[in-house]
Amino acid sequence: MTATDIKASSNTLDAARSSQSKGPRDPMQIIRWTLLFLGGVVMVMPIVYMLSTSFKWPHEIYNLQIIPDEPTLENYIYVLEDGRFYNWFFNSLLVAVSTTVSAVLFDSMVGYTLCKFEFRGRFFVFVAILSTLMIPTEMLIIPWYTMATQFGWLDSYWGIMFPGMMTAFGTFLMKQFFESVPDDFIEAARIDGLNEFQIWWSVAMPLVTPALSALAIFIFLGNWTAFIWPLIVTNSPELYTLPVGLTTFSVEQSVEWELIMTGAALATIPTLIVFLVFQRYIIRGVVMAGLKG
Amino acid sequence: MFSYRNLSIKQKQVVWAWGFLTVPVLFYSIIRFYPTFGAIFLSFQDWNLLGDKTWVGLENYQKLYADPAFWKVFANTFIYLLIGTPFSLLISFIVAYNLDKVRFMHGTIRALYFLPFMTSAVAMAWLWRWFYQPVPIGLFNNMLASFGIPQFPFLNSTTWALPSILAPAVWAGLGFQIIIFMAGLRSIPQSYYEAAQIDGVGSWTILREITLPLLKPTIVFLVVLSSIGFLRIFDQVFNMTTNDPGGPLNSTKPLVLMIYDTAFNGFDMGYAAAQTVVLFTILLVVSLVQLRIMRER
Repeated sequence: MTATDIKASSNTLDAARSSQSKGPRDPMQIIRWTLLFLGGVVMVMPIVYMLSTSFKWPHEIYNLQIIPDEPTLENYIYVLEDGRFYNWFFNSLLVAVSTTVSAVLFDSMVGYTLCKFEFRGRFFVFVAILSTLMIPTEMLIIPWYTMATQFGWLDSYWGIMFPGMMTAFGTFLMKQFFESVPDDFIEAARIDGLNEFQIWWSVAMPLVTPALSALAIFIFLGNWTAFIWPLIVTNSPELYTLPVGLTTFSVEQSVEWELIMTGAALATIPTLIVFLVFQRYIIRGVVMAGLKG
Repeated sequence: MFSYRNLSIKQKQVVWAWGFLTVPVLFYSIIRFYPTFGAIFLSFQDWNLLGDKTWVGLENYQKLYADPAFWKVFANTFIYLLIGTPFSLLISFIVAYNLDKVRFMHGTIRALYFLPFMTSAVAMAWLWRWFYQPVPIGLFNNMLASFGIPQFPFLNSTTWALPSILAPAVWAGLGFQIIIFMAGLRSIPQSYYEAAQIDGVGSWTILREITLPLLKPTIVFLVVLSSIGFLRIFDQVFNMTTNDPGGPLNSTKPLVLMIYDTAFNGFDMGYAAAQTVVLFTILLVVSLVQLRIMRER
């Protein structure tokens, strides 16, 4: 290792941090950039091929071209005319939005209570909730199924949603973030005559909005792509969520890969669009939730 | 007479706190704790979902111990972990380490790596299943054929089916790990690097002596998280082997798929519950061991 190498490597580190672009003259940096870029292209290639195939006629799916010779919307028309995709899409959206709203509200309420109130049993409640993080969902599935059978929750929206209405992960995350809300603010609001609910809702909550959106992204994505529980709890195709519906649809099509790819594309495009629009927030949210959680 | 108005500020707070906690405490008791004990309890019983439950003691566990299929599944589950975690962490660290030093189109490149994380495992499982099909259908075999390389069996081989299923799982998870690694790299104080530079230390040494040790909390976090993920793999396996669940000769079957099969195809609920208890134990032991090892080092 020569002295120039050291200088180069530490300089580039500086460059990355201080957003000062190190000129393209550094060959090491060019190689690094090129390899990273090629790796990135390889990463998205599967998705590109999925989209490309969804615009191909059956006889064209065997060639490796990305841009089809005769692009067609026929696959999308066929899949959407089927009608079930709208249904599944709606179900997934309803389930994911409902669980997200519920979990974000309850998790932040519990997180706030455990962070800002003093009462006997606080530590016990906290440890009890935290300990549920160690229990894998798969262990609870059989008892949930029995419970859903007894209460008549099988094959209903509520049946799909009930396990996710609150999360220990979110509670823990929000508790961490409420630590940063100064107690003085809360005390001042109390003197102003706000009740505890109002303090939580209109004083504390606005101060942690970045954390709330981070949590919302995580919970939404988790519920949007959830598979095993919706698969078990639903029986009628009208109640399938998108992933469960896609499985059924793909098994039916068996060898019509262009149709399967169209179904997969329909399940993927919405989250991809959301990501491309809110990229900055999503990545920041993932870091926040990942590091504090 | 009890009246809210007569309470002190402290006492009012206690009332509010339990008011806020009532619904959540009920939720966690009914939807988390009760089912946890329910699963453990059920693992000592025999139940076909419709008839009566009968107490069988340790019979389910003995059956599991004597079942060669279980040991196959047990091994598979750990193979997913032992290949998946090191591979995905190594790749994501290399990418993050280098991406941290790149400014030009930084956001775009990061987005390329992150994009697969936003997809659903089910959709991606079908996509990759298509890639793996034999000539003339599958993309990979068509690519090989165009270079004149013989076909590769992928999902049809007892040796290669498991790594083939693992590949999309690793691929989709990289973006998350890269983002977390980059956040970890950014949190290392710049002054450490400057000091090393003044001392004239080589970049390999900087990586080994400064970057990696200071990145340990991030590494521990990602190792534990990705291990738990791979031990619980299901969506990909289920969707890539719908014609023959668990692959040729159970070569890809992980524990969660065995649980699903036992419970919802075989309706042997007690036996399935015993398997979930085993899964829980594995997850607990693996996380604790990893935390212990990583903390010592």
